Amino acid sequence: MTRDAVLTPTIAPPEHFISVQGLCKSFAGQPLYEDFNLDLPNNQLVSVFGPNGCGKSTLINMISGLIPIDRGEIRIHGKPIRRAKIGYVFQNYRDSMFPWMSAYDNIAYPLRVKGMPEPECRDRVERLISTFNIRLDLKRYPYSFSGGQQQLVSILRALVADPEVLFLDEPFSALDFETTLFVRDKLQEIFMATGIPMLMVVHNLEEAVFLADTVLLLSKRPTHLVEAVPFQVPRPRTPDTLTSPEFIETSRHCLEIFRQEMRK
Amino acid sequence: MTASSVRSSNRIQKFSLARADQLLPLIGVLALFGVWWLIAISGFVNPVLLPTPIATLGTLITGMLTGTMLPDFIATVLRTFSAFFMAAAVGVPIGVALGSSEKLYRSFEFLIDFFRSTPASALIPMFILFFGVSDFSKVVIAAFSAFLLIVFNSAYGVINAKQSRILAAKVMGANRWRVFKDVLLLESLPQTFIGLRSGISISLVIVIVAEMFIGTEQGLGKRIIDAQQVLNVKDMYASILITGILGYFLNMLFLLVEKRFIHWSGK
Repeated sequence: MTRDAVLTPTIAPPEHFISVQGLCKSFAGQPLYEDFNLDLPNNQLVSVFGPNGCGKSTLINMISGLIPIDRGEIRIHGKPIRRAKIGYVFQNYRDSMFPWMSAYDNIAYPLRVKGMPEPECRDRVERLISTFNIRLDLKRYPYSFSGGQQQLVSILRALVADPEVLFLDEPFSALDFETTLFVRDKLQEIFMATGIPMLMVVHNLEEAVFLADTVLLLSKRPTHLVEAVPFQVPRPRTPDTLTSPEFIETSRHCLEIFRQEMRK
Repeated sequence: MTASSVRSSNRIQKFSLARADQLLPLIGVLALFGVWWLIAISGFVNPVLLPTPIATLGTLITGMLTGTMLPDFIATVLRTFSAFFMAAAVGVPIGVALGSSEKLYRSFEFLIDFFRSTPASALIPMFILFFGVSDFSKVVIAAFSAFLLIVFNSAYGVINAKQSRILAAKVMGANRWRVFKDVLLLESLPQTFIGLRSGISISLVIVIVAEMFIGTEQGLGKRIIDAQQVLNVKDMYASILITGILGYFLNMLFLLVEKRFIHWSGK
């Protein structure tokens, strides 16, 4: 710890929550990322959007350390991945929750893994669910909840250990329209209350723009960043946001770039 | 008719239909007994070879309540369970260990498949050579066959654990041991239970064969073969029937335990 503190110059707190330099990754000899660079400004909710197979999920899996990279450097708040505290919300809540544990035990799992004493675990979980006004009977098993509630539980599980970054891999893609709205609102509430920077992969342009501060538009493979489109409508964003001129203009711009990329 | 009375009569109808549906399995049983009874009284078959179902059931009930069938029944149940518990105690840990390492599993896959494909009854003479005609010998051979099924299913359960759950545990900071005990082990349980259920079934099969083949003081297998030798057919049919009932209830028992214990299976 102390040795690191000496070696890394601590001039100012890093202004990027994620910084990727010279990232290379290929699958079966096919380059997916070649010398990929990315800097994401602090305290933002950033969504990633791009054509099928461009490696959106691969990108956040590499940044979160779930899959190894071939070359390059990834830093989270200026630290290497394994020293950063991250939360990760999987696309398929059904396959990432532990069905043999109650919803409560699922949420508390990251704390127990860290060896936190039981009373403290209970405090943390209870504080979390009261902060976000969650009215679920957490003694029940995850599969007894609706899809939206299950995804909410898995978001809580990712948040309980105070992550410094939250990764979300297509968090709405397994949900129907109604529950998507519910989870999306809860996510916005969580972001506004905690300010935890988030990196979220989405497969739908409207969702990419709606919650984001920045929309990353990726190209076809080998993947590079085409444009980081800012979207600065104040929060909370409501259904009215969807019809605001800013939203329509940003969506139109993103769609245009996406179309250009598809034609290439 | 008012709306509410229509609704309530509908409910009664639905309720009685549901009740009737539950009785459906009995129809096959009654049909079998009916055909059996018709053949028995028709004179097509020598009555010495085929008693009526009622006479057979009578023998079964008196045999279980007053006669010598109950000790035979208990002896067979005890052997079946000893074999099963031996197999499970050794088989589940080995299966889980094999499943946790793909290389290890692949090294033993052929061996397991080979012995699983060998009829266990073919090995009885070999087991007699090693363990004699003792009670232990019958239990060991049954345990051996159950063991193979249990090992193979436990290993499969671990191998086919959902990668996403393992990944989820890892990203939450779980080390290898925690991933194993919190995820792999529980992921494998539904498949392990399939192995245990098949294990108890094969244990019963092999115990019955061993009792017939090796011989014993007490046991349903011996009872069936003895009754056949002296042409005591009523007792033979009754003993076959009680063996079937035993097998059926063992399976039911394991299904019930599974349903209670592995509540998440298939969800």
